[in-house]
Amino acid sequence: MTSALRVEGVAKAFGGVQALTGCSLDVEEGSVTGLIGPNGSGKTTLFNVITGYERVDAGDVYAGGRRITNLPPQRVFALGIGRTFQLTRIFPRLTVLENMLVAAQHRGDGRWRSPLARAGGQADRRRAVELLEFTGIAGHAAALADTLSYGQRKLLELAYVLVADPAVVLLDEPAGGVNPSLIQHIAARIRDLNADGRTFLIVEHNMDFVMGLCDSVTVLDYGTVVAAGPPAVVREDPRVLDAYLGTDADPEAGDD
Amino acid sequence: MNSGLALREGAGGLRRVLALRGGAAVLVVAVFAAFPLVITDQLITTIAVDTLIFVAAAAAWNIFSGYSGYISLGHAVFFGCGAYAVGIAARDWQITGTAEFALLPMAAAVAAAIAVPFGLIALRVRRHTFVVITIAVFFIFQLMAFNLWFTSGTNGLAAPFLLWSPTTFNDRFYYLALAIAAGAAGLSWLIRGSRFGLQLRAIRDDEDRARGLGVRAMPVKLAAFVISGAITGLAGALWFFFIGQVLPQSGFDPIFDLTVALMAFLGGLGTVSGPVIGALILEPAQQYLNLQITNNYLSQILLGSLFLAVVLFLPRGAVPTIGEQITSWRARQADRAPASRAAAAAVLAKGKSP
Amino acid sequence: MIRQLFHAVIDGILSGGVYALMAVGLTLIFGVLDIINIAQGILVVLGAYLSYALSVHLHLDLFVGLLVTVPAMFVIGVAIQWAFIRPLRGRDRTAMSLLACYAVAIIIEGILYWVFGPNFVQLNASYVTSSVHMFGFYLPYIYLYGFAIAVLLVGALYLTLYRTRFGRSVRATMQDRTAALLIGVNVNRVAALTFGIGVAVTAAGGMVFGATSGGFNPNSGYDLISRLLAIIVLGGLGSIGGALAASVFMLTVEAIVDIWSPTWSIVVFYAALVLVLTVRPTGLFGRQAARAQ
Repeated sequence: MTSALRVEGVAKAFGGVQALTGCSLDVEEGSVTGLIGPNGSGKTTLFNVITGYERVDAGDVYAGGRRITNLPPQRVFALGIGRTFQLTRIFPRLTVLENMLVAAQHRGDGRWRSPLARAGGQADRRRAVELLEFTGIAGHAAALADTLSYGQRKLLELAYVLVADPAVVLLDEPAGGVNPSLIQHIAARIRDLNADGRTFLIVEHNMDFVMGLCDSVTVLDYGTVVAAGPPAVVREDPRVLDAYLGTDADPEAGDD
Repeated sequence: MNSGLALREGAGGLRRVLALRGGAAVLVVAVFAAFPLVITDQLITTIAVDTLIFVAAAAAWNIFSGYSGYISLGHAVFFGCGAYAVGIAARDWQITGTAEFALLPMAAAVAAAIAVPFGLIALRVRRHTFVVITIAVFFIFQLMAFNLWFTSGTNGLAAPFLLWSPTTFNDRFYYLALAIAAGAAGLSWLIRGSRFGLQLRAIRDDEDRARGLGVRAMPVKLAAFVISGAITGLAGALWFFFIGQVLPQSGFDPIFDLTVALMAFLGGLGTVSGPVIGALILEPAQQYLNLQITNNYLSQILLGSLFLAVVLFLPRGAVPTIGEQITSWRARQADRAPASRAAAAAVLAKGKSP
Repeated sequence: MIRQLFHAVIDGILSGGVYALMAVGLTLIFGVLDIINIAQGILVVLGAYLSYALSVHLHLDLFVGLLVTVPAMFVIGVAIQWAFIRPLRGRDRTAMSLLACYAVAIIIEGILYWVFGPNFVQLNASYVTSSVHMFGFYLPYIYLYGFAIAVLLVGALYLTLYRTRFGRSVRATMQDRTAALLIGVNVNRVAALTFGIGVAVTAAGGMVFGATSGGFNPNSGYDLISRLLAIIVLGGLGSIGGALAASVFMLTVEAIVDIWSPTWSIVVFYAALVLVLTVRPTGLFGRQAARAQ
C-alpha cells in the first residue's frame, strides 16, 4: 500500500505555543481519511504546514514519496495537492466562472499563451462549467462569487480546487456551518470523486459526516497524533474520549 | 465576461448583443472624432484636450490600481517624469517645432524604466504601507525636480514652440490626446478580459490565495504597474507639449494623484468605462470651476468638497451602480418575457461585472 | 566639526520630540481606525495658524493659547471622523478613507490660503527669539519648552492608554476590533475619541512647529505629512513606541545630513524608508506581518 501523503515528526510553534509536536500521519492513496480532534489541537495548522502556508520547525512532509517540506503553496498546489479553507477563500468580486479560471491559469501544457489572450480558452471554460455542474452551482456561473450562500461558497472552493485535477484534496471543515441537505450533497460529491481514485484528507467536527465518509480516522490532541485507524475502532478508543472530554466537551464549536 | 452559459444561449442573441455594443462603440468614437469640428470655441476645446489627457491618465491608473487593488497615490511620478523627460530631451538636443512629437515614445519608456525599481520596492508591501511608499517616492521625485542640476529647478522647462495657428493648435492636440485616451481605454478593456487581467483581479480579492493557486503575483503586479506608468508618462508628455511649460509643482502635483484616483472611484474602480466616464465628468467640472471662480482658493475648497461627496455618496462608483440597475431591470424584463432570449443572453453575457 | 555634530544631535532630539507628538497621533488613529489620516499634516498647520491668530489678534501667549487650540482641534478631529470617516464601509474602505482624508486636507488647505494668504508667517514670542547658551552654542528657549510640552503630552497619552479604562478600550480595539466589541467596548465612541485625541495633539505640535520652523504657509502641510508618514511606517504602523523612536532617529539623522547638504537632508527620510522597507516590510518596530498589512 502506498501513501499519497505522509507527515513525519512535524513540529510547529507559534511564539511559546507548541501547535504541533512530533506529528506523524499517513494518508493512504485512494482513501478518505478524517482528521479530528478538539479545538486547538492543531488540525488547521497541520493543513497549513502540508500545503505550504506555514513553515515547519522540524519534520518532513512527503507527497507520493516526494519531499515537499516547506515548499511554497503554489508549488504544493502544482504538485497535485489541493485544499480548501475553513473560512472559504474564494475571490468575491470575480464571477463564479472567473473563480474557476483563476485556478485554471497554471495548468501547464507547456504551451506559451499570450497574457493578453482572453482568460480561459474553450477547453478551460468547458471544464470549468463541467465542474460547476458536478458540484451543482453551474446556475450561478455568471454571478459574482460574493452573492453565493455559505454552502455554495464551499462548493465553489471545492470546484476550483478540482480544476487543477489534484491527486490529493485537503478539505477544512467542508460541512461546517452548512445546512443538512447540502451536507449530504457535499458528502455524495466527495464519494464520487473518491470513486474516481482521488485521495481526501478531511478536517471535520461533524462526527456523523466523518464516520460515514472516512475509511480511516486520525485523532490529534495537543499537536500530536493520539489514535489512528478505522472509524469504528477509533470511536471506541479511550484515548479519543479523553482527548475530547479532557479539554473541550463541545466538538461542534468552531476551530481557531 | 461571456460565461459558458451565454454560449449555450441562442448564438443569434449573443451576436445581436455584440453588434449592439460594437455599434455603440462606433457611435462614441464618431462623436468624439466630430467634436472639434462642431465645437470651435477655443475655451471649450482646451478643456476637451485636458479632459482627454486625464481620460488616458485615469484609465492608466485603473489598469494598475483598479484591477490589482493596490492604491497608488504616486502616479504623478510618471506624469511628471514623462513631461520632464521630453522637456529635457528637447532642450538638450535642441529639438524644435513638431519634431518634439517624435519624443513621445521616450516619455513612455522613461516612465516604464522608473516604474520597474519603484514597483520592485513598493510592491513588496501591501495596503496602507504601499500607499505611503508611493507618496514617499512621489515627494522624492518632486524634490529632485526642484533640486537636480538638469531640471532647471523652480524655473521648470518650456516646451518647443509650435508655429500652429490657435485653431489648429487645439484640434491637433485634441486628436493626439484622443488617440492616446482611446488607446489607454482599449488596452484597459483588453487587459480586463485577459488572463493577465484575471490574475490581477484575483490578486485584488485575495493575493495569498491567488498565489496558492499558481498566480505569480509579483511579475503580474509589476507588469501592470509598468504598463500603467508608461501610459501615464505618455499623457504627461502630451500635457507638457500642450501647456507649454512644466514646473516641479505642476508636473509632480499631489492633486494629480488624488484626481486620477477620484476619477476612477467616481466612475467605478476596476471597471473599463468607469475611469473614462469619471474623467469626462470630473475634469471639465474642475476646469469649469477654475474658470468661473476667479478665487483659486474657493475653487480648491469646492474641488475638495466634490471629492468628499463622491467618496461619501457614490462609494462604489457611478458605472457599477447604474450597471446593476440596468442588469436587474433587464432581468425583470427577461422574467416577464421568457421568449426574449436575447435579453437573457445579454444579462448572462454581461455577467454582473461590467 | 564635533561641535556641529553635537549641535545636530541635540537639535534632532528636540525636534524629534515634537514630531513624535504628531506621529503618535497619526499612528494611534491608524491602530484604532485602520486608516491613515493624510490630513494630519495640514491639521498641524491649522493648529499653528490657530495659535498664530490667537497670538496676533488676542495677544495670547503661545502656551496659554494651547488651552484653547487643543480642545478646538479635538472637536475638529471628532467632527471629521463623525462626518467623513464613520460613514465609510465596505471593501474599499482603505482606499476611500485615504481619499476622504486627502480631500479634507485640500479643503483645509484652501480655507487656510483664503483666510491667511500664501505668505509665510512665524509664531513669535520672547522665548522664540531669545536663546540659552548651552554646551557652547545658542539654543532658542522654544526648542526646550517645545520638547518639554511634547514629552508632557506624550507622557499623558501613555498614562491614558495604560492606566485608564478608556485606554484599555483603545488598546483592545487596536488589537482586535471584533473582540473588543464582544467584551462590551463601544468601538464607535473609541474611534471618535481616538481620532479627536490624535488630531488634538497636532495643536501643540503645530504651535511648536510654527515657532521653530522659520516660517510656514498653507503649503507646509505636504512636507509635514510626508515626514510623518515616513516616521510611522518606519516605526511600524500602529506602534506608539516605534513612532517615538523613529521620530527622534529620523530627525537626528536629518539634522546631521543638514550640516552638509540642507537641500537633500529631507531625502534621507524617504531613502531610509525605502531602504528599511526593502529589508523589513513591517518597519523597524513593526509587529507581525499580518498586522502591518
